[in-house]
Amino acid sequence: MESGKKKKVLVIGVIGADVHAVGNKILYHAFTEAGFDVVNLGVMVSQEEYIAAAIESAADAIVISSLYGQGELDCRGMREKCDEAGLKGIPLLVGGNIVIGKQKFEDVEKRFKEMGFDRAFPPNTAPETTIEALREILHMDGEAQ
Amino acid sequence: MTPVLLIDFGSTYTKLTAVDMDAEALLGTAAAYTTVQTDINDGLSQGLRLLEEKTGKLEFRETFACSSAAGGLRMVTSGLVPELTSEAAKLASLGAGAKVVGLYSFQLTEDDLEDIKAARPDILLLVGGTDGGNKECILHNANMLAQLPPDFPIVIAGNRTAARECERILSGHTTYICPNVMPKFGVLNIEPTQSKIRDIFLNRIVQAKGLSRVTGLLSDILMPTPSAVLQAMELLSKGCEGEYGIGDLVAVDVGGATTDVYSMADGMPEQMNTVYKGLPEPFAKRTVEGDIGMRYSIRGIVEAAGVSRVSQLSGLAAPRAEELVAMLRDHTDKLPDGDPELEALDYALASLAVETAVARHAGTMEETYTMMGKTFVQSGKNLMNVKQIVVTGGSLIHTKRVAEIARHALWSAAQPDSLRPRNADVWVDKTYILAAMGLLAGRYPATALRIMKKELEKYGTEE
Repeated sequence: MESGKKKKVLVIGVIGADVHAVGNKILYHAFTEAGFDVVNLGVMVSQEEYIAAAIESAADAIVISSLYGQGELDCRGMREKCDEAGLKGIPLLVGGNIVIGKQKFEDVEKRFKEMGFDRAFPPNTAPETTIEALREILHMDGEAQ
Repeated sequence: MTPVLLIDFGSTYTKLTAVDMDAEALLGTAAAYTTVQTDINDGLSQGLRLLEEKTGKLEFRETFACSSAAGGLRMVTSGLVPELTSEAAKLASLGAGAKVVGLYSFQLTEDDLEDIKAARPDILLLVGGTDGGNKECILHNANMLAQLPPDFPIVIAGNRTAARECERILSGHTTYICPNVMPKFGVLNIEPTQSKIRDIFLNRIVQAKGLSRVTGLLSDILMPTPSAVLQAMELLSKGCEGEYGIGDLVAVDVGGATTDVYSMADGMPEQMNTVYKGLPEPFAKRTVEGDIGMRYSIRGIVEAAGVSRVSQLSGLAAPRAEELVAMLRDHTDKLPDGDPELEALDYALASLAVETAVARHAGTMEETYTMMGKTFVQSGKNLMNVKQIVVTGGSLIHTKRVAEIARHALWSAAQPDSLRPRNADVWVDKTYILAAMGLLAGRYPATALRIMKKELEKYGTEE
């Protein structure tokens, strides 16, 4: 990594009427530890809040968590709103217990990709997996860990 | 006896307050009518004459002044996202005692430039982006502003990475660089910008507004009047060495054209099950409602509260209330003078001005049900536990039933989500000295505080 090179900025938070705070704190520490500059919006975050924070902080990606099963509903229209706000093409990642019931994750992932998400992660994904995906999406390969 | 003179140069009145520093007491107050055309010295000497008629000849040891003359301190702000850096810029400007005459978010347009020129600001505050965040917007806006004639100084308080470049782009203008008003997401840092605004006011604007002719007379401190009131309220709340404050408070200044609200409280969530949303607000917060005032903005009160509430509180039939409102709108200097209809109407208007302005100032609480049970989402300040309300303003202190009017600042079941004080003592600024005490507070805080405690008329909590 070149010295003084700007860290990649992530905006993270738990979307909707979801108050699960623990996973959010773990992600915050994991991402920070991995060398990202993290803007943590905490719990009960609306789509508008992610977008406002991403604009001010010139974020490189938005990472959305959802633990209470309503994630699909909460995430609908997020890509369109980002486009509208001038954040065209910003990587959107989502993970957690994003849907209710026993569904094949491939189907869930497919639906989220159709909604404009770059990546969707199933329950029990380790933070390292997400970090790896972020490095790939943000073309950080070869940078020092 | 050691008399000190405190002057408030207003747009219509020059108000003088004389205090005796030895007795820590008010000697007298006087107000002289001034107009835009009147030389500021005429108002002052006429005021002094009126004052000394009451107090006898006084030899002032020191003189301090504040001013809202010539439109006050007019500011335009330009930020990025409305709820974030634009809001931070607004909070910074209002807290420095400015009147915000233009508020812009995102990229400035050519039309915006026309409007800014027409608004004739004294200072423009340019912000946007967190430190290391968005640069594009503030640089675009600096380039746009560079096209304007350099009639006003520009304070740059945005993304620090872009500050020097903004300064270079605006090299034809007078610029000042301050630390970012929102260095990190959700973190407010407005004090350095506010102190810069006050410096500029003192050094540049005072001259431009013809006040320099009297500055020879002044010992120190010339600040915008709202900034003096803010200082008085902060002192009254927090206290100082040797004198206790009265704790968290809300103050309302109902004027003819605008209503100012000040709160001195942290107001952050008190319960574990409450989530805070939006920008955290400063301990000393000021808001200005430009559409709420007893005369020039009388229509705004009726529009905000509805004519039915005016009618209900005044006991006047709605058509009659409308008729009188229209009359007062045209005769802005009209006082009730014992007329029972006008007294009732002014009571209703003042009550609704207080209610509307405080409701807009206070935060809100929304109740939602999540899988973890009932959860509350708070935005803005929670003032429910504030126990003191201070009221001032020419239109209010001459009104009867002022304590009743002030109680309209309290929480009400009609607006349960509005986080206004549950119950509070009311302090009325009968002698209209708050701005003067704010001036005195700069050098003699304990004396200013003791005089305020003596002079403010206290009405206890409602039984």
